[in-house]
Amino acid sequence: MTKKIKNLNLNFGPQHPAAHGVLRLILELDGEVVEKADPHIGLLHRGTEKLIENKTYMQAVPYFDRLDYVAPMNQEHAFALAVEKILNIEVPIRAQFIRVMFCEIGRILSHILNVTTQALDVGALTPSLWGFEERETLMTFYERASGSRLHANYFRAGGVHQDLPAGLENDIAKFCESFPKIINDLENLLTDNRIFKQRNVDIGVVTKEDALDYSFSGVMIRGSGIPWDLRKSQPYDCYEQLEFKIPVGKNGDCYDRYLCRIDEMKESVSIIKQCLAKMEKGPIKTLDGKITPPPKKEIKQSMEALIHHFKLFTEGYRVPKDEIYTAVEAPKGEFGVYLISDGSSKPYKCKIRAPGFSHLQSMDYLIRGHMLADVPAVLGSLDIVFGEVDR
Amino acid sequence: MINLIDLEKKINSELSTKINKTEIKHNQIYIEIDKEDLIDVTLFIKTNKDTKFRQLIDITVVDYPEKAQRFKIVYLFLSHEFNQRIILSYFINENEVISSLTSIFPSANWMEREVFDMYGVNFKDHPDLRRILTDYGFEGYPLRKDFPLTGHTEVRYSEEQKKVINEPVKLEQNYRNFDYESPWEGTKYIKEQTNTDDKKN
Repeated sequence: MTKKIKNLNLNFGPQHPAAHGVLRLILELDGEVVEKADPHIGLLHRGTEKLIENKTYMQAVPYFDRLDYVAPMNQEHAFALAVEKILNIEVPIRAQFIRVMFCEIGRILSHILNVTTQALDVGALTPSLWGFEERETLMTFYERASGSRLHANYFRAGGVHQDLPAGLENDIAKFCESFPKIINDLENLLTDNRIFKQRNVDIGVVTKEDALDYSFSGVMIRGSGIPWDLRKSQPYDCYEQLEFKIPVGKNGDCYDRYLCRIDEMKESVSIIKQCLAKMEKGPIKTLDGKITPPPKKEIKQSMEALIHHFKLFTEGYRVPKDEIYTAVEAPKGEFGVYLISDGSSKPYKCKIRAPGFSHLQSMDYLIRGHMLADVPAVLGSLDIVFGEVDR
Repeated sequence: MINLIDLEKKINSELSTKINKTEIKHNQIYIEIDKEDLIDVTLFIKTNKDTKFRQLIDITVVDYPEKAQRFKIVYLFLSHEFNQRIILSYFINENEVISSLTSIFPSANWMEREVFDMYGVNFKDHPDLRRILTDYGFEGYPLRKDFPLTGHTEVRYSEEQKKVINEPVKLEQNYRNFDYESPWEGTKYIKEQTNTDDKKN
């Protein structure tokens, strides 16, 4: 008598600690081998793009914090750059350095979270405890500059909302001295760790061709050996004036992507140091009164300033008719904004290109033929945050 | 490395019959084509050795309800080798079916599903055209301009039925859309007149 063997369908998530949010993954298993993976997304869909169409350009900024909520300012940067390019305004040099510095802080925030939680998924608890302490320090920097730890709403078209408070630059400089030691500690725990390597080396291998075909970007494409980074290839703000290296992987597996992220954190520290050294006193947003609200002091005395303030916060500034795509190198990959303006004070269309969306799409291709236990490892190294995947 | 102007010339000469309009703006090439030529043009810019737009960045739609051809379909391409971007677009009517790019770029799969979900544009030869971002059993196309910001239904847990139910949206106060446009810039007909005068001068 022959026994009939049937494949098992397994529902992974939406409430699963290794799903990194609300991912529902339907896995078809043959024993312990994954035959097919079908990710169901959209459980965190909030209709960001629709909401932005109904808000002024200034009101749209906070929505970008809520996309990839582990590196909020990097997203704001993409939107600010898009609006600036259409308005054709110059950003003061101090504002550029502040923005780049906070983007790199965002990159460290995101990479710490990713590296340590991926380690957690494959069985190492300590790195996350050490890493989250540093994230807390970085988020206090966010708070001191913008008033909030996560949803910063700090970047504006034309610069940043306000200048850095006294003493913040010194504290960030101190952090840059102490943080490399923490990276070394994390590396001591993970890089040569036998279990960590067994779980990551040769898992989720992406070839160069497939990395291109599946629209990968960021660490996902660099891990496969393609040296592509928008900060170098299509520099925006003051990245041209800064010196940094692009870490590139060789094998395209989860372990190489981990190594890339560790090295990128080191580069980010060096970029922050350079920004602090090059930053000089000066204006922090464009001086064009039709885009930047007047300072509080002026509002008390000048009628025109008061009117400008009122108009900027009710009607908002108008953006001439245009169509543009701008992308920045967010920690997770190419984050882009495709913006269509129609001459009014609200965007006609604002399409957000989130790197995680394309990365998660390839889940089926990456996981096919792997064991069930590799699912969290691959998912972790994709660096998925549902805020941006679902939008 | 070829520059944008040469690239524009190259595309125009090689595909002359298929290109309606090209423009260079913000360091990117904007190309308008016809719906039928999508596959040919995409294959050309992907495989030609002087273009090599190997990556599809995104697919999206812009809705213009007042136009005869309502939807503008937009494709964003990136060439890593030459460090250039192309924005390809064409217009379609509301019920037209368009070709899928999934056979050329596997990553088009979810992007087209999103377009289908958000705008209700149908693709032919798509392997798996299901809704992607909205809830199971959702009706309507949220990113169309005629879809209200508040949506049509709201979800709650019903104590009587002991399950999650959908019901029509009830708002304490209607969504209000204030018109803040400056009255000092003249009414619409004056604005139009000044605009045409500007063009004449």
